Amino acid sequence: MKMNTDTRDEGPAIVVEGLVNRFGDFAVHDGLDLTVRRGEILGVVGGSGTGKSVLMRSIIGLQQPDAGRITVLGRNLCGEGAETDLVVRERWGVLFQGGALFSTLSVGENVEVPIKQFYPDLDPAFRAEIARYKVMLTGLPEDAVQKYPSELSGGMKKRAGLARALALDPELLFLDEPTAGLDPIGAAKFDRLTRELQETLGLTVFLITHDLDTLYEICDRVAVIADKTIIAVGTIPELVATGHPWIEEYFNGPRGRSAHDAHLRGEAVNAAANGAEIGA
Amino acid sequence: MMERDALWRESLARGGNCPHTFNPMQNSAHHSLEPLGEESDADGSRLVLSGQLTLAHIGPLETDLRRIDGPVRVVDLAGVEEIDTVGAYVVCRMARLHESDITGASPEAERLLAAVREIDTAGDTHPHRLPVWERVPTALGERVFGARGGIYGVVGFFGQVLVGAASLARHPSRFPFKALVHQMELVGVSALPIIGLMSFLIGIVIAQQGSVQLQQFGAEALTVNLVGRITLRELGVLMTAIMVAGRSGSAFAAQLGTMKLTEEIDAMRTIGISPIEVLVIPRIVAATFMMILLGFYASVLAIIGGAVVGQFALGINFVAFLLRIQEVVPTHDLWVGLIKAPVFGLIVAMSGCYNGLQVRSNSEEVGRRTTMSVVSAIFAVIVIDAFFAVFFTEIGWG
Repeated sequence: MKMNTDTRDEGPAIVVEGLVNRFGDFAVHDGLDLTVRRGEILGVVGGSGTGKSVLMRSIIGLQQPDAGRITVLGRNLCGEGAETDLVVRERWGVLFQGGALFSTLSVGENVEVPIKQFYPDLDPAFRAEIARYKVMLTGLPEDAVQKYPSELSGGMKKRAGLARALALDPELLFLDEPTAGLDPIGAAKFDRLTRELQETLGLTVFLITHDLDTLYEICDRVAVIADKTIIAVGTIPELVATGHPWIEEYFNGPRGRSAHDAHLRGEAVNAAANGAEIGA
Repeated sequence: MMERDALWRESLARGGNCPHTFNPMQNSAHHSLEPLGEESDADGSRLVLSGQLTLAHIGPLETDLRRIDGPVRVVDLAGVEEIDTVGAYVVCRMARLHESDITGASPEAERLLAAVREIDTAGDTHPHRLPVWERVPTALGERVFGARGGIYGVVGFFGQVLVGAASLARHPSRFPFKALVHQMELVGVSALPIIGLMSFLIGIVIAQQGSVQLQQFGAEALTVNLVGRITLRELGVLMTAIMVAGRSGSAFAAQLGTMKLTEEIDAMRTIGISPIEVLVIPRIVAATFMMILLGFYASVLAIIGGAVVGQFALGINFVAFLLRIQEVVPTHDLWVGLIKAPVFGLIVAMSGCYNGLQVRSNSEEVGRRTTMSVVSAIFAVIVIDAFFAVFFTEIGWG
């Protein structure tokens, strides 16, 4: 996310090649390939149990794959010649499904944890100040900083989890079903927040979701997991054009259609507003 | 920090790319204050920031910036190589404090600064800390009031259990027999090995140590009286209660506390199942009933331990030891133990269940409540035991 004058490698953010994950005899992934470009929001969709979360856990190193190669931000994390020191951890942030906040720490202290871990020399007062600022960056009210996770609503927990994920100014953000369990207004706000942060901070976002509105509104590309691999990656029109039955059902089912219509309506409203401005 | 620097240097030597920097010489953020030029007639200075305004390097700079007190009219970012949200935050805070203008920001820096400006973190969220002479009495007072609440809570819980028991008595078909049998197995049967071993060893210790003292009066034979009476009246039941509190009381608290956290108990209530009837009463009945059996079993094992010492160290035949027990121990000693046992079992189970159901909010509370259930159960058992000791002596069962 940093503005750089140096020549940092500008290759893809994440490259997964030939990933194999097995639980006993059951293969979740078999030869899965996926590339996430820098600065994009990639949505990952798939039916329940197709291994979306397992894919994310493999990339961030919580699940040791049975075979395959994973490169994140130019660093080989898995496969032949893998690096063992995970300096790259500092360059990514993860938002787990339920927020995964540390229940015995306040929201502010939760955000301080990664900062303290990587920069133990920082003045504690300044660290607390950074944490407060990050919490407010995610749109939480100021008094949320001192609250404990048990005192927060589901949506606030997600925002607090996002604040912790953003604590170290990561280049890469992993979101696991960020809008699941949120009301439609809260979900739309969270989508907008994700997009805004992605634009201001120049993030690359890897986003697992079931939320069709999220896919239409903020994802640059969508990857579909089915049959133990990624069957297609692209924009939603490109995916629908592949004619795969599951994709067809997913985007052209009743929910897919209404999300699509809502998206079109939103665009029409924007276009009308722009037209009015030009006219005036 | 040293460790990380070493890591970067090492990775530089390998030619790998590092997260923040390629040149260790640039590895810092700097500032300098310059007087404003001719173009301005106001007095004040220009703050020139350069280097890397990122979380990794900003620590020392931030401390230095706090010390600047003169009027700063302009903050110049032209020399900044790298900036992140923390850097932008520090710059914005500086500019807001001195009401100065920001110049020389690159488009990316401008974007970050714009995002930061929208957030007003001026408010002080640090809670006001009271002086120690107010804090200590406040904490003490809160504890006293908390203890009062705790007593209300325990009495209320006891009432709930009685109501639950009455309701089960009216509808016996609802009684959770399966859960009761399961709890009896957990509390009673699976505790047999550890309680047996403990009691056997305690019997050995009492017989051996007692005989050493009694020898001085030439009264080793009285070792039999000592072992028989002390285990049946006191130690058998008391040690068993302590063991059950540690084994089962803590398990009750942890189970119910976790169920509370995962909202299982709330789910039961919404379906119309009373958690008191389904969860608490089987545990209390199981612990109360099994304590009688375990207490008696413990006393028997302790006497056998004493008899083993008698056989090998005192020259009293094993069978003779047991027959002598029958002669010297009055029957009411057995009754004293058997009357106390269910009371202790009730206390241990009540303490475990009550504390488990008190869990709110987080996982730390489960641990705290589990500890509290064991500590308060053992304490209450010993207090009640003292009352029993006086009571039974007064009614002539001395």
